[in-house]
Amino acid sequence: MDKRLAVTLSGWELDNPVIPASGTYGFGYEFCEFYDINILGSIATKGTTLEPRFGNPTPRIAECEMGMINAVGLQNPGLEKVISEEFPKLQKVFNKKVVANISGFAIEEYVACAKAMDKQDIVGIIEVNISCPNVRHGGMSFGTDPQMAAKVTKAVKEVTSKPVYIKLSPNVTDIVAIAKACEEAGADGISMINTLLGARFDLKTGKPIIHNIMGGFSGPAIKPVALRMVYQVYEAVNIPIIGIGGIASAEDVIEMMYAGATAVQVGAANCADPYACQKIINNLPSLIDKLNIEKLEDIIGRAHR
Amino acid sequence: MKKIEIYKVLSNKQLTKDIYEMVLKGDGSWVTNPGQFINIKVTNKFLRRPISICDWSEASLTIVYKVVGEGTSWLSGLRVNDEVEALVGLGNGFTLDDKHLLLIGGGVGIPPLYGACKQLVKMGYKPTVILGFQSKDDEFYFEKFHELTDKLYVSTNDGSLGLKGFVNDVMVKNDLCDIPYLTCGPLPMLKAIYKTSTQNGQISLEERMGCGFGACMGCSIETKNGYKRICKEGPVLSSEELLWTKD
Repeated sequence: MDKRLAVTLSGWELDNPVIPASGTYGFGYEFCEFYDINILGSIATKGTTLEPRFGNPTPRIAECEMGMINAVGLQNPGLEKVISEEFPKLQKVFNKKVVANISGFAIEEYVACAKAMDKQDIVGIIEVNISCPNVRHGGMSFGTDPQMAAKVTKAVKEVTSKPVYIKLSPNVTDIVAIAKACEEAGADGISMINTLLGARFDLKTGKPIIHNIMGGFSGPAIKPVALRMVYQVYEAVNIPIIGIGGIASAEDVIEMMYAGATAVQVGAANCADPYACQKIINNLPSLIDKLNIEKLEDIIGRAHR
Repeated sequence: MKKIEIYKVLSNKQLTKDIYEMVLKGDGSWVTNPGQFINIKVTNKFLRRPISICDWSEASLTIVYKVVGEGTSWLSGLRVNDEVEALVGLGNGFTLDDKHLLLIGGGVGIPPLYGACKQLVKMGYKPTVILGFQSKDDEFYFEKFHELTDKLYVSTNDGSLGLKGFVNDVMVKNDLCDIPYLTCGPLPMLKAIYKTSTQNGQISLEERMGCGFGACMGCSIETKNGYKRICKEGPVLSSEELLWTKD
Protein backbone atom coordinates (compact mmCIF):
# COMPACT_ATOMS: atom_id res chain seq x y z
CA MET A 1 0.00 0.00 0.00
CA ASP A 2 1.30 3.41 -1.01
CA LYS A 3 0.74 5.97 1.77
CA ARG A 4 0.90 8.79 -0.75
CA LEU A 5 -2.47 7.72 -2.16
CA ALA A 6 -4.42 8.13 1.08
CA VAL A 7 -7.28 10.64 1.23
CA THR A 8 -9.73 11.55 3.97
CA LEU A 9 -13.49 11.90 3.58
CA SER A 10 -15.18 13.44 6.62
CA GLY A 11 -12.60 12.00 9.00
CA TRP A 12 -12.54 8.56 7.36
CA GLU A 13 -9.14 7.76 5.91
CA LEU A 14 -9.20 5.79 2.66
CA ASP A 15 -6.09 3.94 1.42
CA ASN A 16 -6.68 5.54 -1.95
CA PRO A 17 -9.37 7.70 -3.60
CA VAL A 18 -10.72 4.97 -5.91
CA ILE A 19 -14.28 3.85 -5.19
CA PRO A 20 -16.42 1.86 -7.64
CA ALA A 21 -19.63 3.80 -8.25
CA SER A 22 -23.01 2.57 -7.10
CA GLY A 23 -24.83 0.40 -9.61
CA THR A 24 -21.77 -0.71 -11.55
CA TYR A 25 -20.29 -2.93 -8.88
CA GLY A 26 -23.24 -4.74 -7.29
CA PHE A 27 -22.34 -5.57 -3.71
CA GLY A 28 -18.71 -6.14 -4.62
CA TYR A 29 -18.44 -9.89 -4.48
CA GLU A 30 -18.95 -10.39 -8.25
CA PHE A 31 -15.50 -8.85 -8.66
CA CYS A 32 -13.69 -11.17 -6.25
CA GLU A 33 -13.00 -13.65 -9.02
CA PHE A 34 -11.01 -10.96 -10.81
CA TYR A 35 -8.93 -9.40 -8.03
CA ASP A 36 -8.72 -8.79 -4.28
CA ILE A 37 -11.27 -6.03 -3.81
CA ASN A 38 -9.57 -4.93 -0.57
CA ILE A 39 -7.22 -2.85 -2.71
CA LEU A 40 -10.10 -0.39 -3.26
CA GLY A 41 -10.50 2.81 -1.29
CA SER A 42 -14.08 1.75 -0.61
CA ILE A 43 -17.14 0.51 -2.52
CA ALA A 44 -20.33 2.46 -3.22
CA THR A 45 -22.90 -0.29 -2.90
CA LYS A 46 -25.89 -0.84 -5.17
CA GLY A 47 -28.62 1.77 -4.71
CA THR A 48 -30.92 0.52 -1.99
CA THR A 49 -34.60 1.33 -1.60
CA LEU A 50 -36.96 0.57 1.28
CA GLU A 51 -38.89 -2.01 -0.78
CA PRO A 52 -37.40 -4.56 -3.20
CA ARG A 53 -37.40 -3.35 -6.81
CA PHE A 54 -37.11 -5.30 -10.03
CA GLY A 55 -36.49 -2.17 -12.06
CA ASN A 56 -37.32 -1.59 -15.70
CA PRO A 57 -38.00 -4.09 -18.50
CA THR A 58 -35.16 -4.89 -20.92
CA PRO A 59 -33.50 -3.64 -23.06
CA ARG A 60 -31.90 -1.62 -20.32
CA ILE A 61 -28.54 -1.01 -22.00
CA ALA A 62 -27.55 0.91 -25.12
CA GLU A 63 -23.96 1.33 -26.15
CA CYS A 64 -22.76 4.80 -27.19
CA GLU A 65 -19.58 6.33 -28.49
CA MET A 66 -17.29 6.35 -25.45
CA GLY A 67 -19.96 5.25 -23.05
CA MET A 68 -23.29 3.63 -22.46
CA ILE A 69 -26.87 4.35 -21.51
CA ASN A 70 -28.47 2.33 -18.74
CA ALA A 71 -32.06 2.22 -17.61
CA VAL A 72 -31.81 -0.45 -14.93
CA GLY A 73 -34.17 1.46 -12.66
CA LEU A 74 -32.71 0.78 -9.22
CA GLN A 75 -33.09 -2.99 -9.23
CA ASN A 76 -32.25 -4.10 -5.70
CA PRO A 77 -33.48 -6.64 -3.13
CA GLY A 78 -34.72 -3.94 -0.74
CA LEU A 79 -33.33 -2.52 2.49
CA GLU A 80 -34.02 -5.54 4.69
CA LYS A 81 -32.27 -8.03 2.43
CA VAL A 82 -29.40 -5.69 1.66
CA ILE A 83 -28.68 -5.53 5.38
CA SER A 84 -29.38 -9.17 6.25
CA GLU A 85 -27.91 -10.83 3.14
CA GLU A 86 -25.86 -8.59 0.87
CA PHE A 87 -23.77 -6.78 3.48
CA PRO A 88 -22.79 -9.99 5.33
CA LYS A 89 -21.84 -11.57 1.99
CA LEU A 90 -19.70 -8.54 1.14
CA GLN A 91 -18.14 -8.48 4.62
CA LYS A 92 -16.78 -12.00 4.06
CA VAL A 93 -14.58 -10.69 1.25
CA PHE A 94 -14.15 -6.99 2.05
CA ASN A 95 -12.71 -5.65 5.29
CA LYS A 96 -13.27 -1.92 4.76
CA LYS A 97 -16.28 0.30 5.20
CA VAL A 98 -18.60 1.08 2.29
CA VAL A 99 -20.40 4.06 0.88
CA ALA A 100 -24.01 2.93 1.24
CA ASN A 101 -26.09 4.39 -1.57
CA ILE A 102 -29.77 4.88 -0.75
CA SER A 103 -32.69 6.01 -2.85
CA GLY A 104 -36.35 6.70 -2.36
CA PHE A 105 -39.64 7.92 -3.77
CA ALA A 106 -40.68 9.91 -0.73
CA ILE A 107 -38.71 11.57 2.06
CA GLU A 108 -39.91 8.93 4.53
CA GLU A 109 -38.29 6.23 2.42
CA TYR A 110 -34.92 7.99 2.46
CA VAL A 111 -35.28 8.42 6.19
CA ALA A 112 -36.11 4.74 6.75
CA CYS A 113 -33.08 3.67 4.70
CA ALA A 114 -30.77 6.12 6.45
CA LYS A 115 -32.00 5.03 9.89
CA ALA A 116 -31.20 1.41 9.13
CA MET A 117 -27.85 2.17 7.48
CA ASP A 118 -26.88 4.26 10.51
CA LYS A 119 -26.79 1.08 12.61
CA GLN A 120 -24.50 -0.83 10.22
CA ASP A 121 -20.81 -1.00 11.15
CA ILE A 122 -19.91 -1.63 7.52
CA VAL A 123 -21.30 1.75 6.47
CA GLY A 124 -18.75 4.58 6.41
CA ILE A 125 -20.78 7.13 4.48
CA ILE A 126 -24.44 7.28 3.56
CA GLU A 127 -24.73 8.44 -0.04
CA VAL A 128 -28.17 9.82 -0.80
CA ASN A 129 -29.15 9.40 -4.43
CA ILE A 130 -31.44 12.26 -5.41
CA SER A 131 -30.53 11.91 -9.03
CA CYS A 132 -31.60 8.58 -10.53
CA PRO A 133 -32.94 9.36 -14.01
CA ASN A 134 -34.51 5.93 -14.40
CA VAL A 135 -37.43 5.96 -12.03
CA ARG A 136 -40.62 7.95 -12.29
CA HIS A 137 -42.10 10.01 -9.44
CA GLY A 138 -39.02 10.68 -7.44
CA GLY A 139 -35.35 10.08 -7.44
CA MET A 140 -34.26 12.80 -9.77
CA SER A 141 -37.13 15.15 -8.89
CA PHE A 142 -35.53 15.62 -5.46
CA GLY A 143 -32.28 16.45 -7.19
CA THR A 144 -33.55 19.09 -9.58
CA ASP A 145 -35.00 21.48 -7.02
CA PRO A 146 -32.74 23.09 -4.36
CA GLN A 147 -35.56 23.22 -1.81
CA MET A 148 -36.42 19.56 -2.22
CA ALA A 149 -32.73 18.60 -2.12
CA ALA A 150 -32.36 20.51 1.14
CA LYS A 151 -35.43 18.85 2.58
CA VAL A 152 -34.13 15.34 1.91
CA THR A 153 -30.69 16.25 3.24
CA LYS A 154 -32.10 17.65 6.45
CA ALA A 155 -34.41 14.69 7.02
CA VAL A 156 -31.61 12.18 6.51
CA LYS A 157 -29.15 14.12 8.68
CA GLU A 158 -31.64 14.06 11.54
CA VAL A 159 -31.60 10.25 11.76
CA THR A 160 -27.92 9.43 11.38
CA SER A 161 -24.61 10.32 12.91
CA LYS A 162 -22.72 8.96 9.91
CA PRO A 163 -21.48 11.36 7.24
CA VAL A 164 -24.16 12.08 4.64
CA TYR A 165 -23.13 12.73 1.03
CA ILE A 166 -25.73 13.84 -1.49
CA LYS A 167 -25.38 12.44 -5.01
CA LEU A 168 -26.32 15.14 -7.48
CA SER A 169 -27.85 15.05 -10.92
CA PRO A 170 -26.21 16.87 -13.83
CA ASN A 171 -29.62 17.22 -15.48
CA VAL A 172 -30.21 20.67 -13.98
CA THR A 173 -29.73 24.28 -15.00
CA ASP A 174 -27.65 25.24 -11.97
CA ILE A 175 -25.94 22.43 -10.07
CA VAL A 176 -24.17 24.95 -7.84
CA ALA A 177 -27.48 26.13 -6.34
CA ILE A 178 -28.41 22.57 -5.48
CA ALA A 179 -25.00 21.77 -3.98
CA LYS A 180 -25.19 24.91 -1.84
CA ALA A 181 -28.69 24.05 -0.67
CA CYS A 182 -27.46 20.60 0.41
CA GLU A 183 -24.49 22.10 2.24
CA GLU A 184 -26.72 24.57 4.06
CA ALA A 185 -29.05 21.73 5.03
CA GLY A 186 -26.17 19.94 6.69
CA ALA A 187 -24.71 17.63 4.04
CA ASP A 188 -21.22 16.39 4.90
CA GLY A 189 -20.21 16.01 1.29
CA ILE A 190 -21.31 15.90 -2.33
CA SER A 191 -21.07 12.99 -4.79
CA MET A 192 -21.25 14.19 -8.35
CA ILE A 193 -22.26 13.61 -11.05
CA ASN A 194 -24.88 10.97 -11.68
CA THR A 195 -25.65 10.03 -15.29
CA LEU A 196 -26.83 12.42 -18.00
CA LEU A 197 -30.25 11.71 -19.45
CA GLY A 198 -29.81 10.25 -22.94
CA ALA A 199 -31.43 8.16 -25.67
CA ARG A 200 -30.50 6.03 -28.68
CA PHE A 201 -32.61 4.84 -31.60
CA ASP A 202 -32.30 1.72 -33.73
CA LEU A 203 -31.18 2.58 -37.27
CA LYS A 204 -33.24 -0.17 -38.89
CA THR A 205 -36.49 0.09 -36.94
CA GLY A 206 -36.35 3.74 -35.89
CA LYS A 207 -37.48 2.69 -32.43
CA PRO A 208 -35.78 3.52 -29.11
CA ILE A 209 -33.14 0.96 -28.12
CA ILE A 210 -33.94 1.34 -24.43
CA HIS A 211 -37.37 0.01 -23.41
CA ASN A 212 -37.85 3.07 -21.20
CA ILE A 213 -36.84 5.26 -24.17
CA MET A 214 -34.46 7.34 -22.01
CA GLY A 215 -31.72 6.31 -19.63
CA GLY A 216 -28.59 7.52 -17.88
CA PHE A 217 -25.59 8.18 -20.10
CA SER A 218 -22.20 7.49 -18.52
CA GLY A 219 -18.65 6.69 -19.52
CA PRO A 220 -15.56 8.61 -20.69
CA ALA A 221 -17.70 10.85 -22.92
CA ILE A 222 -19.20 12.64 -19.90
CA LYS A 223 -15.89 13.35 -18.16
CA PRO A 224 -15.58 16.98 -19.31
CA VAL A 225 -19.11 17.70 -18.04
CA ALA A 226 -18.27 16.15 -14.68
CA LEU A 227 -14.96 18.04 -14.44
CA ARG A 228 -16.68 21.33 -15.17
CA MET A 229 -19.41 20.75 -12.61
CA VAL A 230 -17.00 19.55 -9.90
CA TYR A 231 -14.91 22.66 -10.58
CA GLN A 232 -17.94 24.93 -10.19
CA VAL A 233 -19.22 23.26 -7.04
CA TYR A 234 -15.76 23.23 -5.42
CA GLU A 235 -15.71 27.02 -5.81
CA ALA A 236 -19.05 27.33 -4.05
CA VAL A 237 -19.00 24.86 -1.14
CA ASN A 238 -16.69 23.93 1.73
CA ILE A 239 -17.57 20.24 2.01
CA PRO A 240 -15.66 17.43 0.26
CA ILE A 241 -16.65 16.26 -3.20
CA ILE A 242 -16.50 12.71 -4.54
CA GLY A 243 -15.92 13.22 -8.26
CA ILE A 244 -17.82 10.89 -10.57
CA GLY A 245 -18.20 10.84 -14.36
CA GLY A 246 -16.10 9.09 -16.96
CA ILE A 247 -13.22 8.10 -14.70
CA ALA A 248 -11.38 5.26 -16.43
CA SER A 249 -7.67 5.83 -15.81
CA ALA A 250 -5.20 7.06 -13.20
CA GLU A 251 -4.87 10.25 -15.26
CA ASP A 252 -8.62 10.80 -14.92
CA VAL A 253 -8.34 10.51 -11.14
CA ILE A 254 -5.65 13.20 -11.01
CA GLU A 255 -7.62 15.50 -13.30
CA MET A 256 -10.80 15.08 -11.23
CA MET A 257 -8.85 15.86 -8.05
CA TYR A 258 -7.38 18.97 -9.66
CA ALA A 259 -10.98 20.07 -10.34
CA GLY A 260 -11.77 19.71 -6.65
CA ALA A 261 -12.59 16.10 -5.82
CA THR A 262 -11.22 14.51 -2.65
CA ALA A 263 -12.01 11.01 -3.93
CA VAL A 264 -13.48 9.59 -7.13
CA GLN A 265 -15.95 6.95 -8.18
CA VAL A 266 -15.44 4.70 -11.18
CA GLY A 267 -18.69 3.69 -12.89
CA ALA A 268 -19.15 2.63 -16.49
CA ALA A 269 -15.49 1.63 -16.79
CA ASN A 270 -16.25 -1.39 -14.57
CA CYS A 271 -18.67 -2.65 -17.22
CA ALA A 272 -16.17 -2.33 -20.05
CA ASP A 273 -13.33 -3.85 -18.04
CA PRO A 274 -13.79 -5.62 -14.69
CA TYR A 275 -10.17 -4.81 -13.87
CA ALA A 276 -10.65 -1.05 -14.38
CA CYS A 277 -10.34 -0.08 -10.68
CA GLN A 278 -7.38 -2.37 -10.11
CA LYS A 279 -5.55 -0.91 -13.10
CA ILE A 280 -6.22 2.64 -11.92
CA ILE A 281 -4.93 1.93 -8.41
CA ASN A 282 -1.85 0.14 -9.76
CA ASN A 283 -1.05 3.00 -12.12
CA LEU A 284 -1.42 5.83 -9.61
CA PRO A 285 2.01 5.59 -7.87
CA SER A 286 4.08 5.81 -11.05
CA LEU A 287 1.84 8.56 -12.40
CA ILE A 288 2.25 10.74 -9.33
CA ASP A 289 6.02 10.15 -9.54
CA LYS A 290 5.94 11.34 -13.11
CA LEU A 291 3.89 14.43 -12.20
CA ASN A 292 6.07 15.22 -9.17
CA ILE A 293 3.12 14.95 -6.83
CA GLU A 294 4.23 14.30 -3.27
CA LYS A 295 0.90 12.99 -2.07
CA LEU A 296 -2.57 12.96 -3.57
CA GLU A 297 -4.15 15.08 -0.85
CA ASP A 298 -1.99 18.00 -2.01
CA ILE A 299 -3.65 18.21 -5.39
CA ILE A 300 -7.30 18.49 -4.35
CA GLY A 301 -8.60 21.63 -6.03
CA ARG A 302 -5.21 22.54 -7.55
CA ALA A 303 -7.03 23.99 -10.58
CA HIS A 304 -8.39 26.72 -8.30
CA ARG A 305 -5.05 27.88 -6.91
CA MET B 1 -13.65 -19.29 -13.48
CA LYS B 2 -14.12 -15.78 -14.84
CA LYS B 3 -10.97 -14.14 -16.19
CA ILE B 4 -9.55 -12.19 -19.09
CA GLU B 5 -7.69 -14.23 -21.69
CA ILE B 6 -5.79 -13.35 -24.82
CA TYR B 7 -6.51 -15.66 -27.76
CA LYS B 8 -4.78 -15.98 -31.10
CA VAL B 9 -6.87 -16.33 -34.26
CA LEU B 10 -6.23 -19.73 -35.88
CA SER B 11 -8.85 -19.23 -38.59
CA ASN B 12 -11.66 -16.82 -39.42
CA LYS B 13 -13.86 -18.22 -42.15
CA GLN B 14 -16.95 -16.81 -43.84
CA LEU B 15 -19.73 -19.42 -43.82
CA THR B 16 -22.61 -17.44 -45.36
CA LYS B 17 -23.12 -13.81 -46.38
CA ASP B 18 -23.04 -12.69 -42.74
CA ILE B 19 -22.05 -15.71 -40.62
CA TYR B 20 -18.41 -16.33 -39.71
CA GLU B 21 -16.59 -19.09 -37.87
CA MET B 22 -13.53 -18.17 -35.84
CA VAL B 23 -11.22 -20.66 -34.18
CA LEU B 24 -9.20 -19.19 -31.32
CA LYS B 25 -6.06 -20.64 -29.83
CA GLY B 26 -5.96 -20.36 -26.05
CA ASP B 27 -7.51 -21.67 -22.87
CA GLY B 28 -10.71 -23.66 -23.41
CA SER B 29 -10.44 -25.63 -20.18
CA TRP B 30 -12.77 -23.26 -18.33
CA VAL B 31 -15.79 -24.35 -20.40
CA THR B 32 -18.05 -26.54 -18.29
CA ASN B 33 -21.20 -26.49 -20.42
CA PRO B 34 -22.21 -25.84 -24.00
CA GLY B 35 -24.10 -22.56 -24.20
CA GLN B 36 -21.62 -20.57 -22.13
CA PHE B 37 -20.24 -17.43 -23.70
CA ILE B 38 -17.28 -15.10 -23.94
CA ASN B 39 -17.33 -11.30 -23.97
CA ILE B 40 -14.98 -10.04 -26.64
CA LYS B 41 -13.22 -6.68 -26.65
CA VAL B 42 -13.67 -5.07 -30.05
CA THR B 43 -11.69 -2.10 -31.18
CA ASN B 44 -13.15 1.40 -30.74
CA LYS B 45 -16.25 0.19 -28.94
CA PHE B 46 -17.04 0.84 -25.31
CA LEU B 47 -18.70 -2.45 -24.43
CA ARG B 48 -17.61 -5.99 -25.20
CA ARG B 49 -19.51 -8.31 -27.55
CA PRO B 50 -21.02 -11.41 -25.92
CA ILE B 51 -20.71 -14.44 -28.23
CA SER B 52 -21.58 -18.03 -27.39
CA ILE B 53 -19.11 -20.88 -27.56
CA CYS B 54 -19.76 -23.25 -30.47
CA ASP B 55 -17.03 -25.79 -29.80
CA TRP B 56 -14.03 -26.07 -27.54
CA SER B 57 -11.01 -28.12 -26.52
CA GLU B 58 -8.42 -27.73 -23.74
CA ALA B 59 -6.49 -25.28 -25.90
CA SER B 60 -9.02 -23.76 -28.29
CA LEU B 61 -12.43 -22.18 -28.67
CA THR B 62 -14.64 -21.98 -31.73
CA ILE B 63 -17.18 -19.19 -32.07
CA VAL B 64 -19.67 -18.74 -34.89
CA TYR B 65 -20.99 -15.19 -35.09
CA LYS B 66 -23.14 -12.99 -37.25
CA VAL B 67 -21.95 -9.62 -38.52
CA VAL B 68 -24.65 -7.19 -37.37
CA GLY B 69 -22.73 -3.96 -36.78
CA GLU B 70 -19.34 -2.31 -36.52
CA GLY B 71 -18.09 -4.49 -33.65
CA THR B 72 -18.76 -7.83 -35.31
CA SER B 73 -17.66 -6.38 -38.65
CA TRP B 74 -14.27 -5.62 -37.06
CA LEU B 75 -14.18 -9.18 -35.75
CA SER B 76 -14.81 -10.55 -39.24
CA GLY B 77 -11.78 -8.67 -40.51
CA LEU B 78 -9.31 -10.33 -38.12
CA ARG B 79 -6.62 -12.47 -39.72
CA VAL B 80 -4.70 -15.54 -38.63
CA ASN B 81 -2.40 -14.77 -35.67
CA ASP B 82 -4.26 -11.58 -34.71
CA GLU B 83 -5.01 -11.37 -31.00
CA VAL B 84 -8.40 -11.19 -29.33
CA GLU B 85 -8.99 -10.17 -25.71
CA ALA B 86 -11.99 -11.83 -24.13
CA LEU B 87 -13.60 -12.10 -20.75
CA VAL B 88 -14.26 -15.83 -20.33
CA GLY B 89 -16.05 -18.22 -17.98
CA LEU B 90 -19.41 -16.53 -18.46
CA GLY B 91 -22.94 -17.93 -18.24
CA ASN B 92 -24.42 -21.20 -17.07
CA GLY B 93 -24.91 -23.06 -20.36
CA PHE B 94 -27.07 -26.12 -21.06
CA THR B 95 -27.36 -29.02 -18.63
CA LEU B 96 -27.06 -32.32 -20.49
CA ASP B 97 -28.88 -34.58 -18.08
CA ASP B 98 -31.39 -36.28 -20.35
CA LYS B 99 -30.71 -39.24 -22.59
CA HIS B 100 -33.04 -38.18 -25.34
CA LEU B 101 -32.97 -34.51 -26.18
CA LEU B 102 -34.29 -32.44 -29.03
CA LEU B 103 -31.90 -29.66 -30.05
CA ILE B 104 -33.48 -26.76 -31.93
CA GLY B 105 -31.44 -23.90 -33.34
CA GLY B 106 -32.45 -20.92 -35.43
CA GLY B 107 -29.93 -18.92 -37.44
CA VAL B 108 -27.07 -17.63 -35.35
CA GLY B 109 -28.67 -19.42 -32.38
CA ILE B 110 -27.41 -22.71 -33.83
CA PRO B 111 -23.74 -22.56 -32.70
CA PRO B 112 -24.21 -23.33 -28.97
CA LEU B 113 -26.34 -26.34 -29.93
CA TYR B 114 -23.46 -27.75 -31.96
CA GLY B 115 -21.38 -27.92 -28.78
CA ALA B 116 -24.31 -29.53 -26.99
CA CYS B 117 -24.77 -32.06 -29.79
CA LYS B 118 -21.10 -32.98 -29.77
CA GLN B 119 -21.12 -33.50 -26.00
CA LEU B 120 -24.25 -35.63 -26.13
CA VAL B 121 -22.77 -37.84 -28.84
CA LYS B 122 -19.62 -38.18 -26.72
CA MET B 123 -21.84 -39.31 -23.85
CA GLY B 124 -23.26 -42.01 -26.12
CA TYR B 125 -26.61 -40.39 -26.92
CA LYS B 126 -28.15 -39.65 -30.29
CA PRO B 127 -29.89 -36.29 -30.11
CA THR B 128 -32.53 -35.20 -32.60
CA VAL B 129 -31.68 -31.87 -34.20
CA ILE B 130 -33.77 -29.24 -36.00
CA LEU B 131 -32.04 -26.35 -37.72
CA GLY B 132 -33.97 -23.34 -38.97
CA PHE B 133 -32.77 -20.82 -41.55
CA GLN B 134 -34.31 -17.98 -43.53
CA SER B 135 -33.31 -19.60 -46.79
CA LYS B 136 -30.88 -22.08 -48.37
CA ASP B 137 -28.21 -19.39 -48.72
CA ASP B 138 -28.18 -18.88 -44.97
CA GLU B 139 -27.47 -22.52 -44.17
CA PHE B 140 -24.34 -23.37 -42.21
CA TYR B 141 -23.15 -26.34 -40.13
CA PHE B 142 -25.67 -28.81 -41.66
CA GLU B 143 -22.83 -31.13 -42.65
CA LYS B 144 -21.17 -30.83 -39.25
CA PHE B 145 -24.38 -31.81 -37.48
CA HIS B 146 -24.91 -34.60 -40.01
CA GLU B 147 -21.57 -36.11 -38.99
CA LEU B 148 -22.90 -36.34 -35.43
CA THR B 149 -26.47 -37.49 -35.93
CA ASP B 150 -28.73 -38.77 -38.70
CA LYS B 151 -31.82 -37.54 -36.87
CA LEU B 152 -31.44 -34.12 -38.45
CA TYR B 153 -34.21 -31.87 -39.81
CA VAL B 154 -34.06 -28.51 -41.55
CA SER B 155 -36.64 -25.84 -42.20
CA THR B 156 -36.38 -22.61 -44.19
CA ASN B 157 -38.86 -19.75 -44.25
CA ASP B 158 -38.96 -19.81 -48.07
CA GLY B 159 -38.79 -23.57 -48.52
CA SER B 160 -35.52 -23.44 -50.44
CA LEU B 161 -34.08 -26.10 -48.14
CA GLY B 162 -35.88 -28.72 -46.06
CA LEU B 163 -39.41 -28.07 -44.89
CA LYS B 164 -40.99 -24.76 -45.86
CA GLY B 165 -41.94 -23.10 -42.61
CA PHE B 166 -40.57 -22.86 -39.10
CA VAL B 167 -38.82 -25.23 -36.72
CA ASN B 168 -42.05 -25.71 -34.78
CA ASP B 169 -43.71 -26.93 -38.01
CA VAL B 170 -40.95 -29.56 -38.18
CA MET B 171 -41.76 -30.56 -34.60
CA VAL B 172 -45.44 -31.06 -35.37
CA LYS B 173 -44.92 -32.83 -38.70
CA ASN B 174 -42.37 -35.29 -37.33
CA ASP B 175 -43.96 -35.97 -33.97
CA LEU B 176 -41.18 -34.31 -31.97
CA CYS B 177 -43.36 -32.38 -29.54
CA ASP B 178 -42.92 -34.79 -26.64
CA ILE B 179 -39.16 -34.66 -26.24
CA PRO B 180 -37.41 -32.37 -23.72
CA TYR B 181 -35.56 -29.75 -25.72
CA LEU B 182 -32.63 -27.36 -25.76
CA THR B 183 -33.00 -24.29 -27.92
CA CYS B 184 -31.43 -21.02 -28.97
CA GLY B 185 -32.52 -18.57 -31.64
CA PRO B 186 -34.72 -15.54 -32.25
CA LEU B 187 -37.34 -14.78 -29.59
CA PRO B 188 -40.42 -15.49 -31.77
CA MET B 189 -38.95 -18.92 -32.55
CA LEU B 190 -38.29 -19.66 -28.89
CA LYS B 191 -41.86 -18.71 -27.99
CA ALA B 192 -43.26 -20.87 -30.81
CA ILE B 193 -41.29 -23.87 -29.53
CA TYR B 194 -42.43 -23.17 -25.99
CA LYS B 195 -46.04 -23.32 -27.18
CA THR B 196 -45.62 -26.30 -29.48
CA SER B 197 -43.78 -28.64 -27.13
CA THR B 198 -45.59 -30.60 -24.44
CA GLN B 199 -42.28 -30.93 -22.56
CA ASN B 200 -40.01 -28.66 -20.57
CA GLY B 201 -37.01 -27.22 -22.24
CA GLN B 202 -33.83 -25.27 -21.67
CA ILE B 203 -34.04 -21.98 -23.50
CA SER B 204 -31.01 -19.81 -24.21
CA LEU B 205 -32.02 -16.15 -24.15
CA GLU B 206 -30.39 -13.02 -25.49
CA GLU B 207 -30.35 -9.54 -23.94
CA ARG B 208 -28.34 -6.38 -24.42
CA MET B 209 -25.67 -6.65 -21.75
CA GLY B 210 -23.60 -4.14 -19.86
CA CYS B 211 -20.83 -5.90 -17.96
CA GLY B 212 -21.59 -9.52 -18.90
CA PHE B 213 -20.65 -10.94 -15.50
CA GLY B 214 -23.48 -10.07 -13.14
CA ALA B 215 -22.53 -6.70 -11.71
CA CYS B 216 -24.60 -4.08 -13.53
CA MET B 217 -28.09 -5.69 -13.65
CA GLY B 218 -28.39 -4.51 -17.25
CA CYS B 219 -29.78 -7.81 -18.53
CA SER B 220 -32.12 -8.90 -15.70
CA ILE B 221 -35.49 -10.35 -16.57
CA GLU B 222 -38.35 -11.33 -14.30
CA THR B 223 -39.11 -15.04 -13.92
CA LYS B 224 -41.33 -17.20 -11.70
CA ASN B 225 -38.29 -17.63 -9.45
CA GLY B 226 -37.49 -13.95 -9.10
CA TYR B 227 -35.18 -11.95 -11.30
CA LYS B 228 -32.46 -13.64 -13.35
CA ARG B 229 -29.45 -12.00 -14.90
CA ILE B 230 -29.14 -13.39 -18.42
CA CYS B 231 -25.35 -13.09 -18.20
CA LYS B 232 -25.03 -14.84 -14.87
CA GLU B 233 -27.99 -17.10 -13.99
CA GLY B 234 -28.54 -17.47 -17.75
CA PRO B 235 -28.29 -17.32 -20.67
CA VAL B 236 -30.02 -20.71 -20.41
CA LEU B 237 -33.23 -20.69 -18.38
CA SER B 238 -35.71 -23.47 -17.81
CA SER B 239 -38.98 -23.10 -19.73
CA GLU B 240 -40.80 -23.69 -16.44
CA GLU B 241 -39.52 -20.48 -14.90
CA LEU B 242 -40.33 -18.15 -17.78
CA LEU B 243 -43.32 -15.84 -17.55
CA TRP B 244 -44.51 -16.88 -21.00
CA THR B 245 -47.95 -18.21 -21.89
CA LYS B 246 -48.79 -21.36 -23.81
CA ASP B 247 -51.77 -19.83 -25.59
